[in-house]
Amino acid sequence: MSDVLLQVTDVSKAFGGVQANRDISLTVPQGGIVGLIGPNGSGKTTLFSSIVGYHPIDSGSIRFAGEEISKLQVAQIARRGLLRTFQQTRIYANMDCVKNMLISRSLRRAKLTEFFAPQSNPADRERALELLEFVGLYSKRLLMAGDLSFGQQKLLELAMALMNGPRMLMLDEPTAGINPTLINGVIDRLKGANEQFGITLFVIEHNMRVIMNLAQQIYCLSHGQLLAAGTPDEVRNDPRVLDAYLGAQ
Amino acid sequence: MTGWTRYIGHIVLVAVGLAAPFLFPNHQSQMAELWLFIVFALTWDLLGGQMGYNSFGNVVFIGVGMYTCALVQVGLIYSISDYNAARGGGGTVFTFDYTQYLEGLAVGLPAGAITGALAAIILGNFVLGMRGQYFAICTLGLGVAAAEIANGWEWIGAGSGMTAPNAPAEIDDISRFYYFFAFVLAIVTFVAITWLLRTRFGLAVNAIRDDEDKAEAMGLPTKRIKVIAWTISGLFLGIAGGILGNVKRFIDPIDVAFSGSTIGVWMVLMAILGGKGTLWGPVIGAIVFQITKELFWTYLLGWQRVALGLMIVLIVVFFPEGILGWVRERFPQLFGRRVQSRAEEGR
Ligand SMILES: Nc1ncnc2c1ncn2[C@@H]1O[C@H](COP(=O)(O)OP(=O)(O)OP(=O)(O)O)[C@@H](O)[C@H]1O
Ligand SMILES: [Mg+2]
Repeated sequence: MSDVLLQVTDVSKAFGGVQANRDISLTVPQGGIVGLIGPNGSGKTTLFSSIVGYHPIDSGSIRFAGEEISKLQVAQIARRGLLRTFQQTRIYANMDCVKNMLISRSLRRAKLTEFFAPQSNPADRERALELLEFVGLYSKRLLMAGDLSFGQQKLLELAMALMNGPRMLMLDEPTAGINPTLINGVIDRLKGANEQFGITLFVIEHNMRVIMNLAQQIYCLSHGQLLAAGTPDEVRNDPRVLDAYLGAQ
Repeated sequence: MTGWTRYIGHIVLVAVGLAAPFLFPNHQSQMAELWLFIVFALTWDLLGGQMGYNSFGNVVFIGVGMYTCALVQVGLIYSISDYNAARGGGGTVFTFDYTQYLEGLAVGLPAGAITGALAAIILGNFVLGMRGQYFAICTLGLGVAAAEIANGWEWIGAGSGMTAPNAPAEIDDISRFYYFFAFVLAIVTFVAITWLLRTRFGLAVNAIRDDEDKAEAMGLPTKRIKVIAWTISGLFLGIAGGILGNVKRFIDPIDVAFSGSTIGVWMVLMAILGGKGTLWGPVIGAIVFQITKELFWTYLLGWQRVALGLMIVLIVVFFPEGILGWVRERFPQLFGRRVQSRAEEGR
């Protein structure tokens, strides 16, 4: 078993009366691809938001690369190399794709003075164009990001995340809204990011075919609680998982 | 536009700026004010247009700079309380010789820059945590509060205001003297903001405008960037305030220094009129606004304020994108904003 990169222990989070997450514990190994599934409203996005510091958790512990991060702020966590993408895709709509990429450059060891350097240096630019090519958006590079289609924005958001060079990337439904014929391409790119760039992935996905194909380990949430965990085959054949999905529909 | 042709706008602006006081010697004060308006609109737009933070409180930095500069100009030589107490007509006449006067400005204007910037750092740390209309309303309150404080502070003249030092006889044309201060400041501000928007800082500011949550999630130190942007505005506005105080000669706390209902609103309108979020928009907006305003004041006796109010409404309703915004929508290529071409589609 490889090193644990992310360790979530007994995390709970309630919104008023809604217990969105209850005593959730899970781990993501360094270099792995882990899936997170569960019916709508089961608390997947909430767990992601808790991990990246978007809201304070009620109890529990979150450790990233050995460091407790549950009290840190969003940007601090991001600068440690733990990044998330949004279920509702977020890009900088009134900037072109290249600029979206340039500002997404890693800030891990950045000093404030670096902000007063020119917008693009040859190395950053090269990397930005490479990654746009990687997600198939090279020809759109000078379009305003807001003018891209929804699926293209999803791909741009992925490219921006890769530009940041995170140690771990948490993706909230990366294939939702993407044309089925392009989904295989997205899977390949995610695998590529994992293998070529060594980025650990933690992926929320509703598309079973995608997640079974991608992940080495899958956790399933239901009603805010961890229901099952295991390899894709184990989870697929777990009667409780089937129940949760069928019961929820 | 390639090569030197891209600098046509700059060349014209500088040439007109240098020639104007000699061509229109009777309008030097209004033209000095115009250059200061350009500074107001440019610095307002750095937050309002480029970063998406609409501030109605930038007059605070103008007022702070104005008072600081005047207080330093006086305080280097006389006791400030004596000077301000005597304004009803005391026995003493406060004169400044040439050297004293220049020294006062040489220390006063940078001091105005520093206090303007400091005010922005301090206030920014409080109010830049707020977003959207909460920020806007809060800044409105800052302007009002600052005016009230100045209005009640005896040492700086309280409600009866403060007079800028009398210029020595060596400066025969005081309007022209300050015209060139305002002109140089506007050019420096323009160059600084041009540069700033080409740095990563410029990108970060735009990213905050488009989606602050995303910027934060990507690790950008958003709060710090916001405070720095406001500090840069505060710095230039502090100097501009120092100059404006000397142009106006009389510093009234509410009508001149912290004039939220005139300059505070006008700077927003100038930026909107010219085109929010563009480099030249605030410049063009300030020029059009100031010329229109002066024409109203000259030709619409008694109705100038009504006309100005009407113009403000018309701008906001019919020209929300501003002059440059309108041009950009019709000729996007001029702005480097690409629309998809057929040839690219196949790729
Ligand atoms: N900010 C919030 N305030 C109040 N309730 C919330 C908030 N965010 C989430 N919830 C509630 O928490 C529960 C879990 O929501 P969450 O978005 O985590 O589900 P999810 O598993 O991501 O669902 P989906 O698959 O539809 O994206 C839901 O009942 C939701 O209504
Ligand atoms: Mg969700």
